[in-house]
Amino acid sequence: MEILIVGLSHKTAPLDIRETVSFSERNMEEGVRSLVACPSVAEGLIVSTCNRVEIYTATSKKKVEEAKSEIIGFLADFHDVPREKLDPHIYTMSGEECVGHIFRVASSLDSMVVGEPQILGQVKEAFGCAASAHATGNILNRLLHKAFSVAKRVRSETRIATSAVSISFAAVELAKKIFGELTGKTVMLIGAGEMAELAARHLLSNGVEHIIVANRTYENAVKLAEEFKGSAIPFNELAQQMELADIVISSTGAPTTIIDKKMVKDVIKRRRNKPMFFIDIAVPRDIDSAVNEVENVYAYDIDDLEGVVETNIKTRSKEAAKAEEIVVGEVGQFLDWMRSRESFPTIVALREWAEEVRRTELAKTMKRMEGLSEVDAKRVEAMTESILNKILHRPISRMKKAAHKGDEGEVVGMVREIFEIED
Amino acid sequence: MDTILFSASLFFLFLATLHYLLFLVYRNPIVPRVARYTLYLTFASQLGYFLSRYLKGGMPFGTNMYESLVFFSWCLVTAYLVITIKYKVPVVGAFVMPINLILMVAAALLPNKGIGEIPPALQSNWLPIHVTLSFMGDALFAMAFGSGVMYLIQERQLKRKRPGALYYRLPSLDVLDSMNYRALTVGFPLLTLGIITGSVWAQYAWGSYWSWDPKETWSLITWLIYAAVLHARLTAGWRGRKAAWFSIIGFAAVLFTFLGVNLLLSGLHSYN
Repeated sequence: MEILIVGLSHKTAPLDIRETVSFSERNMEEGVRSLVACPSVAEGLIVSTCNRVEIYTATSKKKVEEAKSEIIGFLADFHDVPREKLDPHIYTMSGEECVGHIFRVASSLDSMVVGEPQILGQVKEAFGCAASAHATGNILNRLLHKAFSVAKRVRSETRIATSAVSISFAAVELAKKIFGELTGKTVMLIGAGEMAELAARHLLSNGVEHIIVANRTYENAVKLAEEFKGSAIPFNELAQQMELADIVISSTGAPTTIIDKKMVKDVIKRRRNKPMFFIDIAVPRDIDSAVNEVENVYAYDIDDLEGVVETNIKTRSKEAAKAEEIVVGEVGQFLDWMRSRESFPTIVALREWAEEVRRTELAKTMKRMEGLSEVDAKRVEAMTESILNKILHRPISRMKKAAHKGDEGEVVGMVREIFEIED
Repeated sequence: MDTILFSASLFFLFLATLHYLLFLVYRNPIVPRVARYTLYLTFASQLGYFLSRYLKGGMPFGTNMYESLVFFSWCLVTAYLVITIKYKVPVVGAFVMPINLILMVAAALLPNKGIGEIPPALQSNWLPIHVTLSFMGDALFAMAFGSGVMYLIQERQLKRKRPGALYYRLPSLDVLDSMNYRALTVGFPLLTLGIITGSVWAQYAWGSYWSWDPKETWSLITWLIYAAVLHARLTAGWRGRKAAWFSIIGFAAVLFTFLGVNLLLSGLHSYN
């Protein structure tokens, strides 16, 4: 059996092409069914995300070329696109290369934003759908499960996904490094703006429970507060109410700073030194940079956050190299398994033949035995089984060993010749 | 037997320390697991060491420097294992276990390892009580020290706004501060009881509750430092950096009371 991949991704195809051949939840199962209906495709599964449409299949070694063409044909027919339009964007892989590729995709090493966490879930869903349509078999099942465990290893052993690569996620991460759990924390949102609201939303989805909104126009504050199920305060109460907030996000259009060191010092005193995290998204800045000097206060402006993101991106590419090592090691292991599988038919045939001999001989003997109790009959039968297993153990383990080394051809051939096993 | 068990515990502690330090660099989840299991083995072999010495002759700890070091090491291992049940931050091991390893290596280098005569003044049931309370207190201060150092490192990275390599590894400021506080609130009463039992025992043994022996003086200084930081925490809302610094200073006083006084100053507590 050979693994074969046919697909296109953000690396080879523009968005409009990717769109035309993508599968949605609705037509995925139908897609998988018609994929495995292709005569040369033994097992199949379709991964379809906004960045890639890839078809993973297992085919017989002799039919790889046929399968490639059938799969491209399937993709074109299913989406009613002329084949010529897809051809320049499609790549195909077969054999060893595929294993590494699937591991990399699942571990998010092949993603547009390396380390983004969604892809693993998407691959899992794709596999779940194919498995429930009975489109996968021995090889893809094993391969995908291995891919999931590789992805898990990559996530736990490298920092590829721990560092945020967007400003609003970086803010959430910093907040977690300061406060630990964000559950029960309060955030104050001053002014409005897309990025500030996004950061607030991320904080809320990470456990922050209360939100206080302040705006120069009180009505706007009320509107936004309603949207977040928080409370609005008049702008002139900012300084008094600030002590309730653990995290302050500011993004007003004010020409000068609205929060200075003295004000924060005062607030921190009233909070009995409970830490505070200020995020200044406004340009020009709302928060005096000296605020960061106050004990237990951490004030980040947009440049600081970008600095953090930049460091994180550098870390990610460094971590990707470590992840690559993990992938290479695991590919080796999987290929060993694939190879040992090659000797399986011979092992099965050998076992079947020996089992048949054992049964016939046992039946003959049993017929001639007299006065044998049921218990004793069982004992004799068990003995024949164990003789068989002991004798077969050596040739079988020899074949498996050879398969692991990749030179099973000779040994398997010899076994077939000695025991007269035919295809 | 006790020498074998001592060597075994030194070996396990070395492995544990090594893995805790590796944990700073590698993310492989096996590393902290190996560290923890070798620490269990350290704990067990030290316990076996005390038992075999006890069976050989009397009191197994606190009668000379060597025994005291091993006992302190065991207290530290115990304190670490207990505290990390609540705070699952194995990284603190990287900051505490090296100190522990140094103490155990020092013990290994000491010439006097025999089980000699127990000095008459120490032949009392107060000995194990006084020593256990004091060392358990000290071990918790070592934990407070470790979390304090970690707090300062993490705080600096957050203030400077440049996440370094340890930024991802270290837990949040909140966890570190709370661990520091927890260690102090348990360690302080233990130290207090250690001093009180010592004082009561001194009344029996030396005929006076307090005789300004250097060890007594220094443990009082240590006690005052920790009393001050706990007081400030409760009344003035001290937390974070200041508290971290004080737990570092306090631990320096602990080490001086424990080692410095024995080595540099002579007094009633000087038993080598």
